[in-house]
Amino acid sequence: MTATGIGASVKRKEDYRFLTGQGSYTDDINRHGQVYAYILRSPHAHAEIAKIDTSAAESAPGVIAIFTGADYDKGGLPAGWQIHSKDGSPMIEPPHLPLCKDRVRHVGDQVALVIAETYAQAKDAAEQIDVTYKELPAIISTADADKPGKPQVWADAKNNTCFDWHLGDKAATDAAFAKAHHVTKIDLVNQRLVPNAMEPRAAVGDYDRATGEYTLYTTSQNPHVIRLLMGAFVLQIPEHKLRVVAPDVGGGFGSKIFHYAEEALVTWAAGKLRRPVKWTAERGESFLTDAQGRDHVSHAELAMDKDGKFLGLRVSTVANMGAYLSTFAPCVPTYLYATLLAGVYTTPAIYAEVKAVFTNTVVVDAYRGAGRPEATYLLERLVDKAAREMKMDRVEIRRKNFIPRDAFPYQTPVALQYDSGDYFATLEAALKASDWAGFESRRADAKKRGKLRGIGISTYIEACGIAPSAVVGSLGARAGLYECGSIRVHPTGSVTVFTGTHSHGQGHETTFSQLVSDTLGIPIENVEVSHGDTNKIPFGMGTYGSRSLAVGGSALVKAMDKIVAKAKRIAAHLMEASVADVEFKNGTFTVAGTDKNVPWGTVALTAYVPHNYPITELEPGLEETAFYDPLNFTYPGGCHICEVEVDPDTGVTQIVNFTAVDDIGRVINPMIVEGQVHGGVAQGIGQALLENCVYDEESGQLLTGSLMDYCMPRADDLPNFKVATQSTMCTHNPLGAKGVGEVGAIGSPPAVINAVLDALSPLGVEDISMPATPLKVWQAIHSASAKVAAE
Amino acid sequence: MHDFGYHRPASAADAAGLLAGKNEAKIVAGGMTLIPTLKQRLAQPSDLIDLGGIAELKGIKVESGGITIGAMTTHADVERSTDVRKTIPALAVLASGIGDPLVRNRGTMGGSVANSDPAADYPAAVLGLGATVRTNKREIKADDFFKGMFETALQDGEIITAIHFPKPEKAGYSKFANPASRYAIVGVFVARTSGGIRVAVTGAGPCAYRSKELEGALSANFTPDAVKAVKLSADGLNSDLHATAEYRAHLISVMASRAVAAAS
Ligand SMILES: Cc1cc2nc3c(=O)[nH]c(=O)nc-3n(C[C@H](O)[C@H](O)[C@H](O)COP(=O)(O)OP(=O)(O)OC[C@H]3O[C@@H](n4cnc5c(N)ncnc54)[C@H](O)[C@@H]3O)c2cc1C
Repeated sequence: MTATGIGASVKRKEDYRFLTGQGSYTDDINRHGQVYAYILRSPHAHAEIAKIDTSAAESAPGVIAIFTGADYDKGGLPAGWQIHSKDGSPMIEPPHLPLCKDRVRHVGDQVALVIAETYAQAKDAAEQIDVTYKELPAIISTADADKPGKPQVWADAKNNTCFDWHLGDKAATDAAFAKAHHVTKIDLVNQRLVPNAMEPRAAVGDYDRATGEYTLYTTSQNPHVIRLLMGAFVLQIPEHKLRVVAPDVGGGFGSKIFHYAEEALVTWAAGKLRRPVKWTAERGESFLTDAQGRDHVSHAELAMDKDGKFLGLRVSTVANMGAYLSTFAPCVPTYLYATLLAGVYTTPAIYAEVKAVFTNTVVVDAYRGAGRPEATYLLERLVDKAAREMKMDRVEIRRKNFIPRDAFPYQTPVALQYDSGDYFATLEAALKASDWAGFESRRADAKKRGKLRGIGISTYIEACGIAPSAVVGSLGARAGLYECGSIRVHPTGSVTVFTGTHSHGQGHETTFSQLVSDTLGIPIENVEVSHGDTNKIPFGMGTYGSRSLAVGGSALVKAMDKIVAKAKRIAAHLMEASVADVEFKNGTFTVAGTDKNVPWGTVALTAYVPHNYPITELEPGLEETAFYDPLNFTYPGGCHICEVEVDPDTGVTQIVNFTAVDDIGRVINPMIVEGQVHGGVAQGIGQALLENCVYDEESGQLLTGSLMDYCMPRADDLPNFKVATQSTMCTHNPLGAKGVGEVGAIGSPPAVINAVLDALSPLGVEDISMPATPLKVWQAIHSASAKVAAE
Repeated sequence: MHDFGYHRPASAADAAGLLAGKNEAKIVAGGMTLIPTLKQRLAQPSDLIDLGGIAELKGIKVESGGITIGAMTTHADVERSTDVRKTIPALAVLASGIGDPLVRNRGTMGGSVANSDPAADYPAAVLGLGATVRTNKREIKADDFFKGMFETALQDGEIITAIHFPKPEKAGYSKFANPASRYAIVGVFVARTSGGIRVAVTGAGPCAYRSKELEGALSANFTPDAVKAVKLSADGLNSDLHATAEYRAHLISVMASRAVAAAS
């Protein structure tokens, strides 16, 4: 390994730019003649728009135009995935117009687009728009949405049901339960979360009247996907007349995958007004309009034989979609959730039912982990409860049910085929690193200090490296999920890498540079990574689902294979040797068994100055593009162990130790991997202890609409993490990489809650919901001790 | 935010004059509360009178054994002041727990006390220490100052110039912070003074108030255990997403006991 090669903790190339304030984000982009958009939003969760009077606002200072739903003449935002219900009927797909026409369906819904010379003028003018609403009752609760007699979000979606889907073998699962020695049951809520990327969403639309070309600058994780969705489905602009640029993006966590109304509105308005239009969300708007995460209500049952071997699993889940279908919403609680319910266990029969419901709330879509944290939380809470009821050791019941090391590839009863993994190895490493064996003495010591100490474990798997196109196509995806990469070797031998993935904090500029510099044997400084512009990058599906290295990196490997194959032919010509005899190593071409050699730079120069060149057989130039479509998902997995101390006087839970041992396949940059795990675990701890998106059940107002009430994890909420990798290689991509972006957020929440429950178990507390806030923990302690007192 | 006129007077008298002369003028001190309110368009003052340029409103003095803190003194200055640390260490501890470093370097004593936010920390110290609020017109005793949620005894056009804290024999502050905002869900300031025990509670009611039960318990026995066991009524206490009234009632006793334990 070299100092900058694969496996080295190279410092992030992009950080100089970010840390010195030189990043260029969407809001930093200003176009000549630019005007500003403010969006007037619904103050009601559900209402008819009886009348909109814009006359006063139109004559307000600086106002250029005001558009309402009546003016909007283009298409709605499409759903990118179609689910079919049990009975074969397609999901209900309501219209999703960027400006509401006659009805608003959540607080924050778009009512009018105000464009003025300055943002303040647009906002001032919006105050003078007089909207007459006829308020309607709202449905907020996930659990109640499909009950009869509730307010209906969409006339077509009876009982607010979008789809009623299932997966697995019901008969086989029923048979497994029929012969069970014991059945453990659990009811769980996976609460709704607000993504809160540090950079709020923003969009600048531009129209070039000379060429008829539109440009959209936007905070996106996948500019080509936005170009496709907005161009083809919403605004009917063909690809060659539409450029989408996603410059530096300050975090996404999934929330910047989706195509949003504001992107279409600024582009549309720029075309109508012939002036660039900028919109930047305020933090309050992020809370009201960024697609939110999770929001499941589930019941699950686990059938076991007398030894605690899992025989069958039944799960029924209601998943909240919000008021509309966001881009990938339907696939999250189905193919990214129910397919993961085998977990790391050999449960032979699984049957899952998922009902998706509409409510008068902000849309829900993929958020770091997307479906897989929900599956992991459900399974790992259930397995812990099963161990308690069976009076078995929590670790032993897991070991007993793990998929054996020699069982790979392993076909689960819920559609996936795991290619590789070793759950025993990650478990043992985590037990050791966390000193699981020594815990009871730490508990006793804490007790002396008046604290309740607990330890919790989670052994998880996830499916990422999204995704094999044919597979997802058969499951309802309306797009392919391959990735594209180009390698441009310049005449002097330096390289520009073009990737269809998008880096918004992940450090791709470093990781991909390492991969390319190591493979081509050139200095890392001679590699530049370009991403985020549809006019530069041939194509791309973007970054989400921990796919960038496994899929995007593999595309680069394929492109480099082509580069090296061509370069070898040039080198063979220069060395007057047969191509079959040319070897390439450390940036030098040699002829096997001779001392003939040509360096990389000479070959590159020859490709562009082809004076001595096999011109009849080979084109000049050295630039190759590859598309890589994975053969399977990748399956990172591992073991997270959390240790907490609860203060019984206040209910405060402090995390005192956190250990994560993850199997993520090939590691290119261990420092970046560690950072990704840190961030993911912080988000998982956020969900377990702090974060909760709460709406008023009556009015539908978002009660946690700012950071004063919505609690994001901060440094002092977190311990020093112990992070390690213990990898098996992915068997089907050329890198062996599995992906690391989401593991932290997937594996950690149940480890934290299981630890809190372990701490409270001496008091007889058996359940606590996320987030386990001081209030909830205190109430659990309080009612448990009241129960004890009553007995 | 809406448009407003901006003034930066050089003396408290000029500030008072400007305030009196304008229709809807408002004082801005650190702006930590006021500016967000303006940004959210929840207030629309015609003019802002910035006290930032008035030297006489800044600074910390030892005065008749106690401490006098100018209205425009920042939380960070109080936190770092050796005079405060020596004379009333609990006050420095309290200041160090307000918000974050940015807030502490902007937010002021006067702004905090004038605002009477139900979850603010300083009101507990003002009341707990039996301080005197000095204005451009008069002196107001702490016990007469806090009137309700965002309500004080200040009259229109009245400006806090300083607050005088007498030195207690012993005092301590303990805060249970809202996990999101880090304001006080419950904060309890306890002081043993020459005039008796004072216990002030913030975060739990519409504004800071004294707890007679806890003062009684501590007068008999100034120890952590004396208050920890006191069961307070939840009647009339605040209830929100983060804490029910019952939880707050419980936390008051716990924080009081911790404040006594920390008292010095
Ligand atoms: C993120 C954040 C976290 C915070 N956390 C805490 C916390 O944990 N604990 C806490 O106690 N506080 C907290 N605060 C509040 C902060 O510490 C300030 O005390 C508060 O904002 C008011 O002080 P200011 O100087 O900023 O006043 P301003 O915002 O400028 O003014 C507030 C009000 O007081 C009036 N006013 C200001 N000065 C005077 C004066 N001399 N005479 C009369 N009226 C006056 C103004 O007209 C205005 O109505 C927090 C604030 C923020 C933004």
